[in-house]
Amino acid sequence: MIGKGIAKGMVETARNLVGSYHESERMVTVEYPEQKIPAKESARNFPFLVYDGDDWQTGLRCVSCQICEKECPPQCIYIEKDTEKKPDFLGKPQFQPKIFDIDVSVCMGCQICVEVCPFESIRMDREFEYAGTDRFNDMLFTKENLAKSNSYYHQIHPTEATETDGIREDKRQAHLLKERAKAEKLAKAKKEAMEKKAGASSTD
Amino acid sequence: MWFEELLISIKASMVLLAPEMVRPLVSALLSSMPILMSFGGLFAMVTLLERKMLGRIQNRLGPNRVGPFGLFQPVADGIKMLTKEDIVPHSADHLIHFLAPLILLVSAMLGLSVIPFGQKLVAVELEAGILFFFAVGGAAELAVFMAGWSSRNKYALLGALRAIAQMISYEIPLILSSIGVLMAAGSLSLVEVVQAQAGGMHAWYIWTPWGFLGCILFLIATLAEVNRSPFDIPEAESELIAGHMTEYSGFKYAVFFLAEFVAMFAMCALTATLFLGGYHAPLPILSFIPGPFWLFLKLILLVLLFIWIRGTMPRLRADQLMEFAWKFMLPMSMANLVATGLWIALDGGVLGWILSAILNGAAYFGWSHLLSRASGVKPRVYQYADDPQTHA
Amino acid sequence: MNLLLTIIALITLASAVAAICLRNLVHCVLCLTLSFAGIALTYLELSAEFVGFAQVMVYIGAVTILVLFALLMTRGGKELHLRSWNPGHWLTGLGAGLGTLGVLLVGIFHSKLREVTPLDTKDESVHALGNSLLDTYVLPMEALAVLLTVALIGAALLAMPERSRPGQTFRKVSSTKEGPVKD
Repeated sequence: MIGKGIAKGMVETARNLVGSYHESERMVTVEYPEQKIPAKESARNFPFLVYDGDDWQTGLRCVSCQICEKECPPQCIYIEKDTEKKPDFLGKPQFQPKIFDIDVSVCMGCQICVEVCPFESIRMDREFEYAGTDRFNDMLFTKENLAKSNSYYHQIHPTEATETDGIREDKRQAHLLKERAKAEKLAKAKKEAMEKKAGASSTD
Repeated sequence: MWFEELLISIKASMVLLAPEMVRPLVSALLSSMPILMSFGGLFAMVTLLERKMLGRIQNRLGPNRVGPFGLFQPVADGIKMLTKEDIVPHSADHLIHFLAPLILLVSAMLGLSVIPFGQKLVAVELEAGILFFFAVGGAAELAVFMAGWSSRNKYALLGALRAIAQMISYEIPLILSSIGVLMAAGSLSLVEVVQAQAGGMHAWYIWTPWGFLGCILFLIATLAEVNRSPFDIPEAESELIAGHMTEYSGFKYAVFFLAEFVAMFAMCALTATLFLGGYHAPLPILSFIPGPFWLFLKLILLVLLFIWIRGTMPRLRADQLMEFAWKFMLPMSMANLVATGLWIALDGGVLGWILSAILNGAAYFGWSHLLSRASGVKPRVYQYADDPQTHA
Repeated sequence: MNLLLTIIALITLASAVAAICLRNLVHCVLCLTLSFAGIALTYLELSAEFVGFAQVMVYIGAVTILVLFALLMTRGGKELHLRSWNPGHWLTGLGAGLGTLGVLLVGIFHSKLREVTPLDTKDESVHALGNSLLDTYVLPMEALAVLLTVALIGAALLAMPERSRPGQTFRKVSSTKEGPVKD
């Protein structure tokens, strides 16, 4: 019979219409600027640069290897190397970026830069309220805007940040082990040389 | 009555202020001003109401940012519309492109001029009022075509062709379903049609079997005639951007929008006049409240029904639309005419009521059964999704 | 001479001439519509409400739209470029026009309607028309109704999708029927 389905649908929408006034669980939306849904841990949109410690300039993990710049599909990253080096978390002297710009109006949030970064330096942020009045200056983030502390990273993506810290801890351990082995080897060689010297002098 | 007397005396005294030469002109202007103003204001209110109600149907709040409860949203929309750049395509036919929205608005507004808002409140009292209404409605088709053709845009032209095909097809059931009322009232004049329904709710034509079916058919045809959902295929935004309005922007677009809503109000007012007793109060004791109030109340209730339907139903496909018009609406309205004739022949007595109810019911159930058998459409079979029956 | 009638007549004639002379076919049709509207206005001015509204409904609402549809389905409203000047065509047209005018003039001047005084009670015109249609002229009206019904059925028959008969191998192309929908 024609019209039965229509009547059914009309009843359903009428129930929605009336129910929305007294059943608060029906309302699926929130009043956005005043109310916010807590962000999910896996939420991401634009990349940021992680730094260790308190000072972003000395603690910046980026060594300006420019891999992310080359891999970025929409080419929204621009990096210039500084001539001066600074020690990284292992104490090794490394390059640092003089300029690190991301045009977030171009960025598509693909996370490829994060995947390719060998220094755990670039990670995804979840901040999204970037509305500005100037398309060029407000949307071009320099390294000052991009640098965010490791504790912030822990705050937004705890699991991932702990994982990253583990990787870095492993690296440090490996480095220490290597250093120790190197030192031992050096000490051994020294000792041998000393012994050789002593032997040679005794045989003399 | 006092309200109408007041309005009429105000108008008469204002006309007397004018010099003798221009008095007919001033009188016509004063008669049309209330219509223009009240329906312009109603348009603003209904745009907000529609968005609010659709929001609630979809369990949202709807616009609530501008002013308390979003009440000033129409103002913001208006400012936005009027300050936008008015773009005319380079290869468009400029004159026709400019004229189309005006003709559409004028044809929609003219329809309102024959609607009786009260016993003496008719802008133009015509002997063939309803004929006038449908005649100026015909100009809307022309305006839509002009808009679509002059834009030099394929979407616009397609939308216009769809709109015209739809309007022509649905004009037939629209007029046929209103003929029953004219037969019963014995006049083409809307004033007389309303007067035939005086004396309370029981005298309204919707309580007769033919009036009930006629009212439903008329409302469906009205939906199609004013391009409202589910018959909004001429401007189907997912297929045709905005149909014939694609190349319009700024003020002209606003005029199109206004014309569409005014046409809807005019159609609703006509429905109220034909089937729901026009300006008459539902109960004789309530008749101290002025007539325009009742007509506007009925009009707004019908508009709410339209919004409710829009929130419920998906858009029809073009061939489904045509099939519905020619295979269902037309036979039903013809059967309804026969039922009306039967009712009138038996002087509207109990026997006439029962016989026409039986005729209409048989026509509806029989024809819809035949149609659904012939169309071969069976309930949906879900191959991969769960059977919805098991959840019920 | 009535001033309003003169203005209406001028508009009607001007748009009729424009409908013949304009290059763009859609413009021609729109001008034709304007001249139809002028004729409708003439009827209204002569207090023939019913005829005037019927004129608007039938000619503006239906005939023009039909012409426009036919135009768009065939030529697409392209501009016409008639360069060849053919005096024979012009003479034929002129002759046909003058002949028609002569016949009409003779008809008008010999008509009894010229002596009929105009109706003062214009409120009765629709009622009188309706009564005479269903009383005196009921047979012609029924015949017209049958004719229109036949035309309607014929149009529906023409528009029906062709059924494939046994022996024919072509597949049905335009089918509006749906089988059970499978998702």
